[in-house]
Amino acid sequence: MSSSSSPSDRRLSALARHLSSPAESPVAGVSASITSSDVGSVFSHVVRAPEDPILGVTVAYNKDPSPVKLNLGVGAYRTEEGKPLVLNVVRKAEQQLVNDRSRVKEYLPIVGLAEFNKLSAKLIFGADSPAIQSNRVTTVQCLSGTGSLRVGGEFLARHYHQQIIYIPLPTWGNHPKVFTLAGLSVKTYRYYDPATRGLDFKGLMEDLGSAPSGAVVLLHACAHNPTGVDPSLQQWEQIRQLMRSKKLLPFFDSAYQGFASGSLDKDAQSVRIFVADGGECLVAQSYAKNMGLYGERVGALSIVCKTADVAGKVESQLKLVIRPMYSNPPIHGASIVAAILRDRNLYNEWTIELKAMADRIISMRHQLSDALRARGTPGDWSHIIKQIGMFTFTGLNAKQVAFMTKEYHIYMTADGRISMAGLSSRTVPHLADAIHAAVTRVV
Amino acid sequence: MASSMLSLASASASASPSLSLHDNLKGRVKLGSVNFISCLPDKTSSSAKAKPSGRISMTVGVNVSRFEGIAMAPPDPILGVSEAFRADTNEKKLNLGVGAYRTEELQPYVLKVVKKAENLMLERGENKEYLPIEGLAAFNKATAELLLGADNPVMKEGRIATVQGLSGTGSLRLASALIERYFPGAKVLISSPTWGNHKNIFNDARVPWSEYRYYDPKTVGLDFEGMVADVKAAPEGSFILLHGCAHNPTGIDPTPEQWEKIADVIQEKNHIPFFDVAYQGFASGSLDQDAASVRLFAARGMEILVAQSYSKNLGLYAERIGAINVVCSSADAAARVKSQLKRLARPMYSNPPVHGARIVANVVGDPALFGEWKAEMELMAGRIKNVRQKLYDSLMAKDKSGKDWSFILKQIGMFSFTGLNKAQSENMTNKWHVYMTKDGRISLAGLSLAKCEYLADAIIDSYHNVS
Repeated sequence: MSSSSSPSDRRLSALARHLSSPAESPVAGVSASITSSDVGSVFSHVVRAPEDPILGVTVAYNKDPSPVKLNLGVGAYRTEEGKPLVLNVVRKAEQQLVNDRSRVKEYLPIVGLAEFNKLSAKLIFGADSPAIQSNRVTTVQCLSGTGSLRVGGEFLARHYHQQIIYIPLPTWGNHPKVFTLAGLSVKTYRYYDPATRGLDFKGLMEDLGSAPSGAVVLLHACAHNPTGVDPSLQQWEQIRQLMRSKKLLPFFDSAYQGFASGSLDKDAQSVRIFVADGGECLVAQSYAKNMGLYGERVGALSIVCKTADVAGKVESQLKLVIRPMYSNPPIHGASIVAAILRDRNLYNEWTIELKAMADRIISMRHQLSDALRARGTPGDWSHIIKQIGMFTFTGLNAKQVAFMTKEYHIYMTADGRISMAGLSSRTVPHLADAIHAAVTRVV
Repeated sequence: MASSMLSLASASASASPSLSLHDNLKGRVKLGSVNFISCLPDKTSSSAKAKPSGRISMTVGVNVSRFEGIAMAPPDPILGVSEAFRADTNEKKLNLGVGAYRTEELQPYVLKVVKKAENLMLERGENKEYLPIEGLAAFNKATAELLLGADNPVMKEGRIATVQGLSGTGSLRLASALIERYFPGAKVLISSPTWGNHKNIFNDARVPWSEYRYYDPKTVGLDFEGMVADVKAAPEGSFILLHGCAHNPTGIDPTPEQWEKIADVIQEKNHIPFFDVAYQGFASGSLDQDAASVRLFAARGMEILVAQSYSKNLGLYAERIGAINVVCSSADAAARVKSQLKRLARPMYSNPPVHGARIVANVVGDPALFGEWKAEMELMAGRIKNVRQKLYDSLMAKDKSGKDWSFILKQIGMFSFTGLNKAQSENMTNKWHVYMTKDGRISLAGLSLAKCEYLADAIIDSYHNVS
């Protein structure tokens, strides 16, 4: 690199680059205030990053002293009492692990806990999946969904010929950043139709249809985040046919298996119809929600390849992505998952607790829908029960959201997304009041 | 099966970073076999694998894999040593490749204090909610205080940005991402030799690097003049990667006087010191002593990057717990830097794992547990020192050539550079079934007092009879 530029030159050009590049420019209002104490600091050009929008909601919520405040921001399950939940089956598994005197804390292999990987693949692809039986699948443990997406993205950026990934509009806020930093260029395909608060299927098919051959396409396996709008099984089949005909590479983000409908198999159907046709795909799995293991960061990346031979080579290259990132993954969460998935009784207990969580969310949907109807809130609110999973895209605009936060202490993301998991029978009326007020008083 | 996989590897034109140590292990290691097995169905295990391997099934035309052209990557050279050891059936075999502490019985060790902390955590029934992006606050506070001392002015002035990272590797990677984004074109200087993964981290983070002289094979010690000259010659504002203590792989650390001189040169050239602290407390047995180098630099008011790991000193290898610290000249700068580190962590893994962080916070936060930890650490460091002493005594007793083996005692930490060259290291393995890396590095953690004499015999034979 140029040895003639001084550190201050480099810092100035970094600052200039930082300010002029749209992807990195700070949100309006954040200034790089250089104080006198920064004189001589090599970091004087480093500006303050804005708070992550989704996590920033919780930060704001925590600061609010109101007794009626409601946190419908971050996607973590809450009980009817509004408390975080650690599944009984997780506590049991953890107790087993801690009591087991033979357990050690030696480094896992780069690809993670072998048993966890096998069981995760079976969970998403089906225990009798031919792809697994022919060894065409490589599965590596990663740091929850984010880590799996990032490792998959880095792998594609290095080894795949078409470095474009199409993501739905809208999608989880972190998706574009994950793939951009992984080295892919990010484009979008139409997805949400505000008019119907449902799927813009025609737009989706058109956009995927005009994507360059071989492009990667990010698909939410179920319970689309943030909209809660999923294709029907017939629509999935049409998407599959289109994608295979254009050689588009599917990259599934599966963060809600079992959590959406209450059925692990049902929520994996979209992935399985793609795998059943013998084609290739990537799948990022997360156990954050369906096993309540949020902070343990447990997930897996599977790449379904055409042949076992290719799968072996792909796995070896995944290791080269992982080693310089964090060497090998954390053991605790993966051990809990493996303990549950391998034991028939624990597995069954898990499915029951999982269904209970899914059912409670579905119940919240119905209660909110009923409450709005009871108040005669103008508009069609049927999307609340048509959408699935943790989130509802209310259709409320940013001004209405701001109003709800200010007047009713409802904390949610500015795109109108609410986390149903954060609601309870007790708090539904308050939310219904807030929505009603927002819709009737704010345009 | 091994040979067919090898042919894939050697045919790989576009294979990623060729790791020279790998070439020597080729004859012994089954490429990727450990991880192959993880994909196998329950029924027939390796025999089911044996059939398709080696055959590239290319269906003509339509249904070729999109990943067909991908080459088989070479295995990690360090991990390959353990694999080869496992395959050896000789009863005298010794694994000195392992980078994890072993007891005198050569068993892995979970610290008692860790088990206590985990039981406490279970009793408390804490939840598993997402940590903030920067990690567990109690951990971040504890780890910065351990590094600098709780009453350090840096701590009091709030001039340190601490973000929980995925052990040492993850913390180094976050720091690298920060360097790439905010110091474009700046180089990192790494010691020759250094931990094998350092260059991979900088490569993947797209941070240019070059080496400074460090190990002097003639003295089996530090090439201090070479180091100072190379650091001086680097472009102003370079990042200088320094091992806080227990240099890996050589075990050779600068003396306190030498550290002062290194700090002088770094300050002269407006370089930024970048410490990798993976062995605090594990090297000498004293947390404070092992942090002396970092504290020396901090005392001069310098801005410093420090990556920490709790893999060895708390035996938390698989929990992946560490931190990246950035000592800044002001609290405001620290806040800004921290916010940008968060912005780099979010698209990598969102937020770090909670379990290891809680263990550290619990151990450090409870005076009784903290005291017990220090005692266990002294035991671990003590065992390694004892083993060094016994090895040295055995060498001096058995080797009549008059060679000075005292570098074994001067070196510190888990690893030692024996001064054996590649051929001699191979002899160690081929003839004596002693597994080590080809650069002559042995892990004292994998040595027991009982095996010191055998090892001495092996070293003497390899040193004198092989060239």
